[in-house]
This record gives sequence, C-alpha cells and structure tokens, in this order.
Amino acid sequence: MFRATLKSLLARKVRLILSGLAVVLGVMFVSGAFVLTDTLGRSFDSVFADGFSEIDVNVAAKPKVQVNEMEGEQTVAPLPAALVDRVKQVPGAASATGVVNADGARVIGSNGKVVTSFGPPQLGENWTGESELLKLREGRAPQAEDEIVINKALATAAKVQVGQKVGVLTAFESKKRDFTLVGVFGYSGDRDSIGGVNEVFFTTPVAQRLMLGEPDVFSSITVQAADGVSDEKLRDDVARTLGADFEVKTGEQVAADASASLKEGLSFFNKILLGFAAVALLVGTFLILNTFSIIVAQRTRELALMRAIGASGRQIIGSVVLEAIAVGLIASVLGLAAGIGVGALLAYLFGKLAGGLTLAGIGVPAAAVIGSFAVGLVITVVAALLPALRASRIPPIAAMQDVATPDRPLTKITVAGSLVTGIGAVLLFLGLSGNAGGQTLSTILGGVLFAFIGVALLTPLISRPVVSLLGAIFSWSVPGKLGRLNSGRNPRRTAITAAALMVGIALVTGVTVILDSAKGSISALAQDTIKAELVIAGQQGGPRPPTFDPGVLDQAKALPGVRLVDGEYGDMARIDGEGTWVAASSDVASLRQIFGAKPTAGDIDRLGPTQMLASSDTATSRGWSVGSTVNVQLTRGEARTYTISGIYESSQLTNPVTLPVTAAKDFAIPQPIQGFIQLDPGTRVSDVQPQVEALLADSPEVSVADRDAFIKQQTSSLDGLLTMIQILLALAIVIAVLGIINTLALSVLERTRELGLLRAIGLRRSQTMGMITVEAVVISVFGALLGVVVGTGLGAAVVEALKDEGITDLILPWGQMGVFLGLAAIIGVVAAVLPAVRAARINVLGAIAHD
Amino acid sequence: MTATVGQQAQAAARANDVWKVYGSGEAQVVALRGVSAEFERGRFTAIMGPSGSGKSTLMHCLAGLDSVTRGTVSIGETTVTGLGDAGLTKLRRDKVGFIFQQFNLLPTLTAKENILLPLSIAGRKPDPAWYDTVIETVGLKDRLDHRPAQLSGGQQQRVACARALVSRPEVIFADEPTGNLDSRSGAEVLNFLRNSVREHGQTIVMVTHDPTAAAYADRVVFLADGEIVSELIEPTAETVLDTMKKLDTAAEVGN
Ligand SMILES: Nc1ncnc2c1ncn2[C@@H]1O[C@H](COP(=O)(O)OP(=O)(O)O)[C@@H](O)[C@H]1O
Ligand SMILES: [Mg+2]
Repeated sequence: MFRATLKSLLARKVRLILSGLAVVLGVMFVSGAFVLTDTLGRSFDSVFADGFSEIDVNVAAKPKVQVNEMEGEQTVAPLPAALVDRVKQVPGAASATGVVNADGARVIGSNGKVVTSFGPPQLGENWTGESELLKLREGRAPQAEDEIVINKALATAAKVQVGQKVGVLTAFESKKRDFTLVGVFGYSGDRDSIGGVNEVFFTTPVAQRLMLGEPDVFSSITVQAADGVSDEKLRDDVARTLGADFEVKTGEQVAADASASLKEGLSFFNKILLGFAAVALLVGTFLILNTFSIIVAQRTRELALMRAIGASGRQIIGSVVLEAIAVGLIASVLGLAAGIGVGALLAYLFGKLAGGLTLAGIGVPAAAVIGSFAVGLVITVVAALLPALRASRIPPIAAMQDVATPDRPLTKITVAGSLVTGIGAVLLFLGLSGNAGGQTLSTILGGVLFAFIGVALLTPLISRPVVSLLGAIFSWSVPGKLGRLNSGRNPRRTAITAAALMVGIALVTGVTVILDSAKGSISALAQDTIKAELVIAGQQGGPRPPTFDPGVLDQAKALPGVRLVDGEYGDMARIDGEGTWVAASSDVASLRQIFGAKPTAGDIDRLGPTQMLASSDTATSRGWSVGSTVNVQLTRGEARTYTISGIYESSQLTNPVTLPVTAAKDFAIPQPIQGFIQLDPGTRVSDVQPQVEALLADSPEVSVADRDAFIKQQTSSLDGLLTMIQILLALAIVIAVLGIINTLALSVLERTRELGLLRAIGLRRSQTMGMITVEAVVISVFGALLGVVVGTGLGAAVVEALKDEGITDLILPWGQMGVFLGLAAIIGVVAAVLPAVRAARINVLGAIAHD
Repeated sequence: MTATVGQQAQAAARANDVWKVYGSGEAQVVALRGVSAEFERGRFTAIMGPSGSGKSTLMHCLAGLDSVTRGTVSIGETTVTGLGDAGLTKLRRDKVGFIFQQFNLLPTLTAKENILLPLSIAGRKPDPAWYDTVIETVGLKDRLDHRPAQLSGGQQQRVACARALVSRPEVIFADEPTGNLDSRSGAEVLNFLRNSVREHGQTIVMVTHDPTAAAYADRVVFLADGEIVSELIEPTAETVLDTMKKLDTAAEVGN
C-alpha cells in the first residue's frame, strides 16, 4: 500500500506541487513572522545590553503615568540634581553621574528639514565625557551653551560637518535654535549609532533646560560600583537609602526592561502577522481540499480496482492521508526554509528603515519550527480527510463501469452551509453587539471564520445561477459558451476554487468598507465641526508627533484678518488613578467658535489655573459634575487637585478632558501639536496662509494648511493602514490564484479527450485557449463577486456596531469593488495562461486514440 | 496496387505510398508500409484487417490527425501532407467529419448542440433543409434536448453520425463506430451510414474488424501488417469472412 501511495504521488507531482505551494506560502508566513520577531527581539536585546553596558546601577523616578508601547514612549519626571550627592554617599558607590536623556531632540538637516525617525528615539543628552563605548571621532566635547556633538549616523543623515551651525528643536523648545557642531562621536566596534538612535549632546545646563524644562534636574543617575561591590548589592543599598519613590535597577535590568517593552510591541506585531498567515492558510485549505477531491475523482477506477483486489476502505483512506502527510511534510520544510529567508530579509529591511539597527544573527526559534510543521501537516491532512472518506466509499464495481460520476445532490451541503453561516452570523452578532462576555475579538473572528466556511458550503448552490449569468456575457462565441458550460460543470469544484478567492477579496472589501466609513464619518464630522480656515500641523512619521513653537500662536493672532487662534496640547494623565487622555487649549474661549463646543453645564469659556473642563460622556462615566474635584497626575510634576468648572457636549472630536494651558508644561510633550486659526469674515485664506507660513520658518516640523487639506492629512494615516492590510492580504489572493490555476490544470487533464475531440472537429488552438480563459475568468469573477458581497456584509455589520463610536456613515467603496472585479477578471486571464497553453497543445490524436 | 474503380480523378481521399514509422531503433514499429489507395466520392469504403494491422493509423493519416513518415495524403483538392496546425484545423472544419468508437460527444452540450457544434465552431449556419433531413434520418427528433448522459450508446453514436453529416464534409472517417454497441444498435448506425451514402452521396471511410459491419460497405480494403493485401467490391459478410480467413492462414504460413 505504501509503495502504491508513493508511486501515485510521484505520478501526480505537478498537481501536488501546485497545491503544496499554497501550504508552502502559508507556512512561510508563519515561520517568517517568528523568525522576524525573534531576530528583531534579540537585536533589541543586544542593542540595549550594549547601551546600558557601562552602567552598574541606574536611578530614575517612578513613572507617574504608565503608558504602554501602543500609547507612546514612556516619559518619566526628572530627578533633583541634589539627589546625585545623596547617591554618591551610599557606601559601595564609586561614582554617581547625573544624566539628561530625553526624547525630542530633533536636528535640522542641511536641507532645512528635520531628520526624522521611524521608531528609535531622538535623544537629547548632557555630555559626561567619553567612555569605552562612546568615542569622539572628530572635534571635541561641547563646552559652551551653543555647542553640541552628535553621533556619526545622525551627522551623515543630516549632512552636517563639524564647525557648521546646526539647527535643533528640543523637547521644550520647538522653535529652531542654532548650535555649533563641535564634535561627532561613534561607538565601539565602528558603529555610527546604537540601534539607529539619533543623539544630540549638549552641555549639562542646556540639556536640562531644553530637554527637561528646568535647571538642576536629571533624567536619571548612573552609579558605578566600587571594586568588589556587586551591582545587585549596590542596587539594594541605593534603593534603601533613597526610599520607595525611585526605581533603582542594575544596568542589566534596565536593558532587559527597555527591551521587554519593545518586545511587547513585537509580539503584538507577530500576532498580526500570524493572523494574516491564518487567512492564507484558510485559503490554502480550500485549495488542498479541492486538489485531493479532484485526484480522488480521477483515480476512481484505480481505487475501485484496489478495492476489487482486496484493499479495505481503511487502506484507501490511509493511502490518501499518507499522500497528504507527504505533501504536508514537504510543504512544511519548504515553507519553513522560505520563511527563514523572508524573515531575514524583512529583519534586514526593518533594520535599515529603523536607521541602522545592528541585527543579531538570524535565528530560527523553536516556535517557528513547531509552528511550521504543526500548521503545514495539520492543514494538509485535515483538508484531505473529506476526499479520503469519499475515496473509501468508491464501490469496487466502479472499476468495471465507465467513470460517470453522477452529480450528487447539493441538499446536504446546502443545509450544512446554511447552518454554519447561521452560526457565523450569531457569533458575529454577539461579538459586535458586545454580548460576548469579554471574548469580543475571538467571538468576532470565530464568526468571520464560520461565515466564510458557511458561504463556501453554500457556494455550489449559488454558483449555478450566478455562473450561468456571468457566463452569459461570453456566450456570443462558441469557445465562450463552452467555457461557461465547463465552469458550471462541477459546481463543487468551481465553488471551492471561487471561495478561496472570496476569502481574500471579502477581507479586503470588509476592511475597506470599515476604513472608508471611518474616514468618511470623521471627515464629515470635522467638516461640520471645525470652523478654522487654517490649521498648523505636521505629518507624524515616528512615535512622536510634530510640534511647533507656541510663540507662533500669539504672532498669528496679531496678523490682520485673524480672528481666533487655538493651540492644542495633549497627554496621557492619571485622573483619580485612571489613565485618561487630557488636552490643553491655549485659548479655551475659542473652543465654542472654532469647534462648536456647546456647554451642558457650568462655564466653558474660561478656565482658572486649577479648573478643568470635561466632556459630557466622560463626566457621566466618571460621575463628575460641575464642582467635582479630581486628582490629576501628569507625566511630570506633582499630582494636583482640579475642580470641574464646565462640561461640554461630547462629539467624536472633543477631548475627554481639557486642562488650562499652564498645565501643558508637565505634559510628556510640552509643546503645541496643532494650531487652529479662524479668520475674520471676508478675509481670504490665501492672504493669511503665507504670513503664517513665514511665522513657522523656525518650526520646520509643521506647516499650515487649509482645513480640507488638514482633514485629508489627518485621515491619510488610515490610507496607509489600508494599503498595509491589502498588501498582507494579497498573499491570500495569490494563493487563491494558484487554486484557480490548479483547478484549471486538473480540468484540462481530465478533459484531454474532450479537448481532442473538439480539436478534431475543428476548434482552433486560439479558440481552445479562449475557452479555458473564459472558464477561468468566470470562476475568478464569481469568487470576487462573492467576496465583494460577503465583505460588504461583514464591513457593514462592523460599521453598524461602531455607530456609537462615531462611524455614522456607511460608505461603500464602489470604485474599489469595481477594481476588485476587474482585477479578478485579470487574475482569471493570468491563471488561465498555463492551463490554456497546455490545452491548446493537446495532441488531437493522442486525445482521441487512447483506449 | 491500383484501384479498380478509382479511375475518375474524383477521389475524396487519397493515399500515395504512405509509410508510417513509430519510434526508432529497437522499439521501431512500421505501422504502414507504402500504402496507396483512393477513396471515391459517394462511396462507403471499409478498411478491414486484424488488430494491429494499421487500420487506425491509416485512417489517422488520411484524416490529417497524424503525420506520415513518407508519401502524401490528400483530401479532395487539398494536399494534407505538410499542412500546419491552422491548415489542418481548417481542413477538419470544412472537409472532414469524424465518428469515433467512443467518447464522441461533449457531455455539457445537448444532442442538438453537439450536432451543430462543428458549424458553430466554424461560425457557419446550418442549411435548414439539410439539417431537418439529417435529424429525420437519424431519428432523434424527440431527443434533441437531451444530454449525452441521458442517451443510450446507440443514440449517442447516431448523434455523432448526425454531427459528422450536418456540415456535409468531403469525407467522413469512422473508426470502429460500432465497436462499443450491441448488434442491434450497431445495425441501426450502420444502416444510417449506408443510407447517407446511397441517398445523399456522402463519402464515408470506416475502419472496422467486424465482417458484418464491413458488409454494409460498397467496397472493403484489407490491410495486413501495414500493407493493402486485398480488396472486395460489393462485399457480403461471408465473402469478407472468407477473405479474412485466407489472410490469416497466409500470415501464419508466412510466419
Ligand atoms: N503511437 C504509437 N506509437 C508506437 N506504435 C504505435 C502507435 N500507434 C500504433 N502503433 C503501432 O502501429 C501498429 C498499427 O496500429 P493501429 O493502426 O492502431 O492498428 P489497428 O487499428 O489496425 O488495430 C501496431 O503495431 C501498433 O502497436
Ligand atoms: Mg484500431
């Protein structure tokens, strides 16, 4: 039996290669994700280990407001400089150094633009001398107030040289300040940066003022242990001396913690990639199911013969499953290998993008290997089970009869399909209506999966009318008509092939519906709400939003024709212990006119230094009313008590809480992020815009745009997201294309004699190819049509569920849907090429003459 | 060998010193050894011979389905030898009809669609009177909307005959058209073929190894070992059988 299986496997290698390829691609995605995240994780480990290698013990303030990797960089309040001396006194401490080290030092390159970062921080630091690790490559240390040194990678990116004047924006000063570049440094091992981090070193007082906002404070204190004192002992001693308000860690711990927080982000990323891998594998499952079904159908006679000469049904199942295991194993190995390659490539690209992250060696984590084999084998075997079962039911008599597999009725499959679709719908409803009891995401995903499988099961039934309708387009020509008839010939096969394409297209369509609706709803709301003709803002590239000099706000206000100006600040704060997003407005009184804020209680037109405003939703959920007092802890400074003095009506664009602008200095980013300018009636936008532009000459991160351009820019991040999702889902579509090729190739093989007959009675080669192409196009357009319909349904359901979150308009991307259908037609044509060529090459004689 | 009745240069199909060699070296098989024959217009010719004698090969070469190793083949005015795929396709469309032993019909099409398929492929309209005549003769009027799977073997073969006839080809080639049928259905098909020759002047060349089937023809050409060895005009089942027997003994003696 084993030999027979092996032989038949080899005999059908081409068919199996195609379906195996689907598994290879899916497995590649899985192992690639693991290899990528593992490699990056270890690279981060080594970067941080290096960066903190010279620190024995590190002292920092406890973060006052915890933010996670998704919400932004963790910023901690500074320490008083006096603490350095206290640390020095601790027995076992050889030395203690106050360090300024904060994100937000942005160098302006020789092209006048800020050197951006896609992830690593842009650190502003105080110069504390060279070390084993850090060595000046050129020039000298900064000595005067207007002197800086920067790392080599940054100097290269900014195209600046020692001796030149260099503009820098800092955390507390978004107005360009000129410094003289007096030195350039690098790291041991000839590295120009550590992990792509851009660094600017100032003299200590300048660093304190510009990066921390006040004199005589430090970000942290690094302590060197005296000879013979272990890091751990020193840490414990320092911690005991300083008390509970500080985080005292060994250098190793700091490195591990910093790396761990980045890895948290990585593992999230990994999960997303695995999600896409799951989609690809779902599509692959359809493909394999189809291939094995066709193979079993083609081998009916052979299998019946085996039964006739004494093989049991079990042995038949065994032989099919054995074949699946072989395919699964080979595909897993290839997929794993391809994934290692892809993971390495992506890690390399990521390293480049992140500004020269030195990659740790490419590693293959156990998870990648186990995941690859588990996924590859399980998927293949599960998909082959159904065909195997069918094979075992072939009666021995079939060996003697002509292979006329009668059309089995579709009743059972339709009932099953309705049931599964129903379950999917119920799960979706539960998940989307928030009744899934904490399992919202998995309930929704389960619902989507069930919906897909259910629709796939219903597809054979739907395929009959739809395919004949679609095919009618081609029926004017004989090959077109034949192709149409062929695609309607085996509804199950057509259905599974089309369903494979459906999955990818449905997801893309669904996501497009959701994002377009979100975009449309937000834009519409912004159009309605924002009564500012001009907006100052920048394009956010990295984790830190662009900021500008608050002085511009006053200067803009003074321009003729300008009526109101409001600068907006924002931060995560802890209010009564709970993380809350807070904003500050430079002119609270303008909120009514610019944002149409409507008071529901109290006074929202002014704000005293200890007063705050809340949105009606926030007030309701937190139980606040005018006069309530709350405890607010910002990123920096002490916790303070604020009194609610007014409540404004909630909308999608309102901030939960608005604080007086004086509080903004304690925000993690103490500079304005957006500025809104309302003009006097009758003033031309084009008259004012250039004047504001001129005011922003020293704030190169931002520009001034009219309102529509601003709204477009704000929602454009959704476009990027959409593109990314589409690229990732493209793999699922590629696999579906493989499925179409496979189905067609198998059909051509199956119909060799039929094709020969057609050629014998006068069908031209080109007509033969046309016939196959029509068959492919009909199948793929059918799949896309299903996908568009199912995707629209899913998207609309999600949009409906998000109504309360402000996605009020359901926007159907008709254009996109048309593109998908057109794309499907092209896919059909492309998928048909090889099978069509093969069909056209069929030897007329060989086709009709055999047995 | 010279054809006895082939003097009018009216041959519908002609083979001239045709050789066909399959394979090479050890595995070389010479299927046809210098076959020359003419198949007159308006006649029903049977090609007889034992299994492996080269009947199918000869028919395939005559019909342009296979290339010849040496010699020439022509159909009507057209020299088949040397035609490319496009030329051969055109030839099959316009001048040749086929009836195979089995698998003659497209399962997706109805009987009527199958019958009209060669014309639709060529983008031609059937001559309505002729179409009616053909349908009438085949006796399938009430089965036209059925698919092949719903027809008996004999009916399917009659549909195949009608398909071959409806485009009025120069010549119809039939390879063991009754090989898969019981004797009654076989007789129906053969009667039908003979009638189409007698009444409508169709030219038919039929390959068979069944003496009863060969007796329906006007003329029988006997092949043995790739050579034409004998010929009968106005055969009967008995004369055909006799000739076959003689050939068999001759072959055994030869061995
Ligand atoms: N494609 C082929 N390759 C090799 N030999 C062939 C091929 N087709 C036929 N033959 C050989 O040519 C000879 C004649 O075959 P064929 O014309 O099919 O005989 P018939 O139809 O009279 O039974 C046989 O010996 C057969 O084995
Ligand atoms: Mg034969």
